[in-house]
Amino acid sequence: MELRKDYFADVREDGLHEIGQPRPRLDSPGHVTGKTAYFADRNFPGMLHLKMVRSPHHHARIRSIDTSEAEKHPGVVRVLTAKDVPHNVYTILILIQIGPEDETVLADGKVRWKGEAVVAVLAETERAAQEAAAKVKVDYEVLPAVFDMEEALKPGAPIVNEYHGQNYYLYDSGECRKVRFGDVEAGFAQADHILEQTYQSSPIEHAPTETTGCVVAPEGNDRFTCYTNTQAMFFTLDNTSIILQMPGSKLHFVGGTVGGGFGGKVDVIVEPITILAAKLTGRPVCFIYSREEEMQISSPRAAEKVVIKDGIMKDGRIVARKVTGYTDAGAYSRHSPYGAQKGAAHYPGPYTIPNVWIDTYCVYTNRTPSSAMRGFGVTIGDFALEVQMDKLARLIGMDPLEFRFINAYRDGDMKAHRQPTEGAALIECMQEASRAANWPVAEKYMAMSSYRKGA
Amino acid sequence: MAIRRGRGVAAINYPTGMNLGGDPTQALVHSTPTGNFMVTLSSVDLGQGMKQIMAQICAETIGVPTDRVVIDTADTDTGPHCMGTFASRGTHRAGNAVIQAAKEARQVMLEVAAEELEVNASDLETDGQGNILVKGAPQKSISIFDVALSAHFKRGRSISGRGMFLIPRSYPEKETGAMKPSTCYAHACTVVEVEVDDETGEVTVLNVKNVFEIGRALNPRMVEQQLVGGSWMGISHALYETTEPYYPSRDHGGTDFNQYLMPGPGDLAETEIIVLERPSADGPFGAKGPGEMCANPQIPAVANAVFDAVGVRIDTLPITPERVLRALKARAAG
Repeated sequence: MELRKDYFADVREDGLHEIGQPRPRLDSPGHVTGKTAYFADRNFPGMLHLKMVRSPHHHARIRSIDTSEAEKHPGVVRVLTAKDVPHNVYTILILIQIGPEDETVLADGKVRWKGEAVVAVLAETERAAQEAAAKVKVDYEVLPAVFDMEEALKPGAPIVNEYHGQNYYLYDSGECRKVRFGDVEAGFAQADHILEQTYQSSPIEHAPTETTGCVVAPEGNDRFTCYTNTQAMFFTLDNTSIILQMPGSKLHFVGGTVGGGFGGKVDVIVEPITILAAKLTGRPVCFIYSREEEMQISSPRAAEKVVIKDGIMKDGRIVARKVTGYTDAGAYSRHSPYGAQKGAAHYPGPYTIPNVWIDTYCVYTNRTPSSAMRGFGVTIGDFALEVQMDKLARLIGMDPLEFRFINAYRDGDMKAHRQPTEGAALIECMQEASRAANWPVAEKYMAMSSYRKGA
Repeated sequence: MAIRRGRGVAAINYPTGMNLGGDPTQALVHSTPTGNFMVTLSSVDLGQGMKQIMAQICAETIGVPTDRVVIDTADTDTGPHCMGTFASRGTHRAGNAVIQAAKEARQVMLEVAAEELEVNASDLETDGQGNILVKGAPQKSISIFDVALSAHFKRGRSISGRGMFLIPRSYPEKETGAMKPSTCYAHACTVVEVEVDDETGEVTVLNVKNVFEIGRALNPRMVEQQLVGGSWMGISHALYETTEPYYPSRDHGGTDFNQYLMPGPGDLAETEIIVLERPSADGPFGAKGPGEMCANPQIPAVANAVFDAVGVRIDTLPITPERVLRALKARAAG
C-alpha cells in the first residue's frame, strides 16, 4: 500500500502521535495463536442443542404439525412451535419505525420460502436434535410460488407475504422510493444519444469464517446471558425483547469478537428462539448454523435488477439519467426496504447530471429473505452504473476514463437528492489511477480539482 | 481461439454511516488509579480491528500511548448503546463518541494536573508519551500516572468522560426524494487487467490497481488489510459468487465451500492499493468509512475489462465462463 500524502495536504494536519501510525493490532496474537475466545467457546454443563425443522417447499399452507414422534426420541427435551413464541410476528426494522411486522420466528399456518423455520427441537446432543427433527411430521398444501421479480409485480401473481398485501414494499412515497430532479424527459429530448440497458445480479453469500449462532445461559437472577456473534448488540437485544415480550432488563448480551460479518449477522434470527428455549427448559442452549444453513438459510445479498436510461451529448455530458432499481427481498423485509431506499439515495452515482429520475422497488418473492451485505443498495448499483459509463463512452468514441472526468461531481455541485456535494475526491482518485495504471488522459483532466472556488 | 487481454476502469463513491442517519453510538472513558484508560462501548469488532482503532483514537485524544488504553466492548450490561457495526459506520460513529468522551476525561485530567503544578489548565499540554507539560516550560511537568493517583486519592476527582455521536435522521420528501443520506463519502477508482480465454470463457484477473480516498488512514496497516480484502471480495463477486447460479431458479445453490465458488490463493491477482486522504468535516480525525466501498469498484472494472478483451458485454453477475461463452457464441451467430 502506498499513502499519497501530496493530495489534499493543504486540508490535512499530519504528524499526530497515535493517529496515522501503523500500530500492530492488540488482538492479532490471540487470533493467530487460537487463544481468542468466540461465542462458541462457551460451554455450559447441561447445555442443550437446538435444531430447526425447515420447510421443504417454496410456498405452502401448513395443515398440521405432529411432533409426537420427535418428542419421544431419546435425548429430546422440548419441541417448540409457533404457539410457544410470545410475539411471533415481527420485523427487525420496527425499531426505526419501518414496518409492518411481516415475518414469523416459527412458521404459523404458512411457509413462504424453502428453508423457513417451522419447528425447533431441543435435545441433549446435536445428533439427537438432528434425528428428532427428521421425525417431525408437517402436512403441507403446496401453493404456487413466484421467483421472478417481474412476475411477482404482475397483477394476479401469487401473493408472497400477506402482511404486505402486494409483492412490493409500500413506502410513504408509494410503490417505490422516488427521486426527481430537473426534467428528465426534456433531457432525453435534448440528447444526441439515448442508451437504455438492463443489469442483473443474483444472491451472494457472506461466507464468514464463523457461522451465525449464539449460546444462552439462564442466570440465577431470572436473567439470560446470550453469547452471540451479532453485529449489533442492542439492536438484537431490543428486538429480542419485543419478540419474547420480556423486559430488556432481563437480557444480557455478550459479544464483540466475531469471525466475519459482512452484514450477515444483523438479522435477529438465532437469539430470540434460543433465549426462549433456555427460558422454557431452564437449561443453557446453543444454536449454531451449519455451513449449509449459513449458505442457503441465512440472508444473502439481494439479487438486483437495474435499468438505466441515459441521455448523452456528443461532447460527453450526460444530460439525463433515469434509473429503475429492483431489489429482490425474498419472502420477508428484514433490511431490504432500507437497502432499496439507500439505492435511491446513491443514484445517479458520483456524477453531476442536471435531470434525474429514480425509482427503487423492494420486491417480495418466494426465496430466502435477503438482507444486509457489505455495500447493499450500492454495490450492484455501482456495477450497473459503471458498466453503463463504459458503454456511454464507447458510444460517443471517448476514452472511458476521460468521459468520467467530464461528468465527475465536484464540491458544491447539487446532487439529485438535493444536497450540495462536499468533500469530493473522485477526480483525484481518477488522476492517481491514470498515473498508477499508466492510462494517460488529456492534460486538462489532470489539471482538474474537486475543489471549486467559493464552494 | 486465443487468450485475449483487456483493461477496464470504474470510479465510485460511497456514503459513510447508516443511510439517512439516525444511528447513534455512545462511549464512556475513565482512568484507572494509575493512569490507564478504559473505553467502554457496546460496538462489535467483526475482525476488522475496531478495538484497535478505538484505542488509538482515545490515546491520541487523551495524549497517551495506545498501549495505555484498554477497550471493553460489546457487553450490554456495561457498554452504552451502539447501533451496530454495519453501513461503514463503526470508525466514524464510535470514533466520534470516543473523542467526545476522551476530551471530557482529558479536561478533568488537565485540571487535576493544573492543581498539582499550580498553573492554569489551559497552559498545559500532553507529550503523547504519558506526561503533562507546561506549554513553553516543558521542564515543569507531571506524569499522567501521578495525575491519576492524585485525582483518585487526593483530589477526589473522577477522570472520566461521556461521548455521544448522532447524526439526526433525515426523512426523504415523498415526491422529490430530497433528503440527506450521509454527511461524508469515500471515493475510489480501480483499473483491472484481465485475460479471457475465448475458447473456455474463463476470465483471469492479472492485476488490480485500486485508488481509495478514505478521509484519513487512522492506522495504515489496518487500512491496508481492509482494502486488500475488499478488493479480493470485489473480484470474487465479479467472477465467482452466487448462492443461486441460475437465478431466478433456486436450483444448484452451493451448500459448502466445494460448491460455492470463491477464489483461492492461486486465483488472487496482483493487487495494488493507493490511498488518498481528504479529511471529512465530521469524521474522527477526518476518517470516512471505507469498509464497504472497497469491494465495489472491482466488479464493474472486471466487466469492462472483459468487454475490452473479447468485445462482449456480460451484464449479469457473476461473469462465469458459461456466460462469456454464450455471449461469444451469440455474437458469432450474428
